[in-house]
Amino acid sequence: MKHILKILVNNHPGVMSHVSGLFTRRSYNIDSIAVGVTQDPEISNMVIVVKGDDSVVEQVKRQLLKLPDVIEVEDLAYHDCISRELVLVVVKVEDSNRTEIISICEVFQAKIADLTKTTMTIEFSGNTRQVEHFMEMMQKYGIQEIARTGQIALKYRST
Amino acid sequence: MPKTEAKISGARLMVELLEEYGVDIVFGYPGGAILPFYDELYKSTKIKHILVRHEQGAIHMAEGYARSTGKLGVCIATSGPGATNLVTGLTDAKLDSVPILAITGQVATNAIGTDAFQEADIYGITIPITKYNALIKSADDIARHFQEATLVALGGRPGPVLLDFPKDVQTELTSVRKVDKLKIDSRHYQKPPIGGDLDSFAAALNKAKRPLLYVGGGAINANASKEIKELAEKGNIPVTTTLMGIGAFPGTHQLSVGMLGMHGTAYANKAVLECDYILNLGARFDDRVAKPGEFAENAVRAHIDIDTAEFNKRVSVDYLLHGDLKEVLKALIPKVNKVDRPEWVGFLDTIKKNHPLEFDDSTDTIKPQAFLQKLYEKSKGKAIVSTDVGQHQMWAAQYYLFEEANRWLTSGGLGTMGYGLPAAIGAKFGNPNKTVICVSGDGSIQMNIQELATIAMYKKGVKILIFNNNFLGMVRQWQELFYEERFSESEWNYNPDFVKLGEAYSIKGLKISNKSEIDKALEFFLEDDDARILEVMIPAEEKVFPMIPAGKSQKDMIEFSDTVRAGKK
Repeated sequence: MKHILKILVNNHPGVMSHVSGLFTRRSYNIDSIAVGVTQDPEISNMVIVVKGDDSVVEQVKRQLLKLPDVIEVEDLAYHDCISRELVLVVVKVEDSNRTEIISICEVFQAKIADLTKTTMTIEFSGNTRQVEHFMEMMQKYGIQEIARTGQIALKYRST
Repeated sequence: MPKTEAKISGARLMVELLEEYGVDIVFGYPGGAILPFYDELYKSTKIKHILVRHEQGAIHMAEGYARSTGKLGVCIATSGPGATNLVTGLTDAKLDSVPILAITGQVATNAIGTDAFQEADIYGITIPITKYNALIKSADDIARHFQEATLVALGGRPGPVLLDFPKDVQTELTSVRKVDKLKIDSRHYQKPPIGGDLDSFAAALNKAKRPLLYVGGGAINANASKEIKELAEKGNIPVTTTLMGIGAFPGTHQLSVGMLGMHGTAYANKAVLECDYILNLGARFDDRVAKPGEFAENAVRAHIDIDTAEFNKRVSVDYLLHGDLKEVLKALIPKVNKVDRPEWVGFLDTIKKNHPLEFDDSTDTIKPQAFLQKLYEKSKGKAIVSTDVGQHQMWAAQYYLFEEANRWLTSGGLGTMGYGLPAAIGAKFGNPNKTVICVSGDGSIQMNIQELATIAMYKKGVKILIFNNNFLGMVRQWQELFYEERFSESEWNYNPDFVKLGEAYSIKGLKISNKSEIDKALEFFLEDDDARILEVMIPAEEKVFPMIPAGKSQKDMIEFSDTVRAGKK
């Protein structure tokens, strides 16, 4: 089962080691990790996507809360949060398929960030499913390079 | 000392913070990167520094001091090898929840990361083995880090903290002596409010016909002995303790069934099998006690702990309460019914009678169990006892009974050989008027034997008992029982003459090997407050029973009588 953990931490250099160390010890594979500063410059928001049994993730959550630099941990349910990931992908292009790729990008609302005679660098953002779907569409043209940010997420607000 | 705006060096500030905190003793070893701090320590009239022979000795002394006094233990080391020599002790303190502050020297900030002389990333190394650690980057941060570190060390579930103190930060000037706003949340040091439903918790306990209290080291850290006794007596509930919980409930009490687990008493383990309700008080269902899925499987299981990460970690429970054990028990006891349980208590009394701790004492050789029984009698059960790790540790846990907490010092979670001698020294510094006995083996004692010099230098009357079987006894026991007697690398073909070794440090010693010598030897051992070494030769084949083989449950316990029946002794 996939979990999106939103972890608010003190913004200083050692925090990443403290947090990632906990995951390493329990041999967790982190699917993605994204860190950025919040509205308060002293606090960072870490979003970690991890697979694991609910009970084990609950354990890790409690262990995380024991770290002095961890302020808050929230297990965001998938259906209850807005999650986005940014991906940059370089695909091979030929004169014959350039228009085709551009029209696919239009459907996905992906942006063409760079263009050469033989390649196209496309910028796309969406939730995991949309990103996977988009990548699948690009597969057939020949992907040369990918850079992904990992997911960031926020809970839906109720009014 | 009046607060002044004048700037002082980081080293001076650290010493003053320690003094203000009330630290009057530190254990340490100087070196290049910590020299400015030692220079200020030299001027302190309030802090006594104990010079050890190895940094591992320093931290185990701090542990022995902390566990026997309930206070923070402080140790100092230099950078690089000095700091890395603390690693075992920090891990030990983490696993056994001992409040330790370690201060390490570090190379100057501009040299960090350059592989400078005696540089080690002790901050990175100690992340998983401390509750809190920090590399102090500026003298202005010292006060905050000190406040945070000391609060965290003793707050909630206690544990070790480390401050890495670069040499240039030690000499840097600062006027920041105190900060009002800490960067850590108060949950790390404030007592949590009681979490959970007291009424349903009490109702489940009141419904039980055959309840059992399972008491761990957390009870000692929470200073909850009085409340545990009150609860046990009010509900007539038998009590078993873990290795770390020994002393939290009087070992001689009628309701005590002794230690449970791998080498626990048969009656404690049978009580676990027979109970219909088990209440864990500050223990952690660890693997020497509980097999997940099989531990007290037919009983209602309840747990009180200050650390929520311990709940449902290895064994699932039906009821739980979060909070400081003393506070929780105070709130719980009035809701617990006063009950006589003649059947259940009587049943356990019968098991105690029919399945006692047993050994064969028919020969002239000295049996460690018999010796410890005598030691217990002669020291009137009032000594502080530290142990190393192995057979002697289990025998001491079984045969030396404690009336009070904070008198039993042992490495439970990590099982650190070499803990016993320095821990005893630390305890003696904290309790100069009490008898302190280190029970060790010929293997363990050699792991920190250099600290005999610390005993000699400070004239500390630590009593050192060495059970010598010329083997790593517990390794041998496992090899005999589970590896078809292939004694791979467990026999010492050479042991020093421990008595002569003691003499080299001006410590009086005696070696005995016959039962008839026990009384006289004990008289020699305990006659005054001077240090002694008593080497007791014991048979190599003597084993610790009962035993639950690793990974098995209470149902698979092997008792001494089983081995006699099988023709093995």
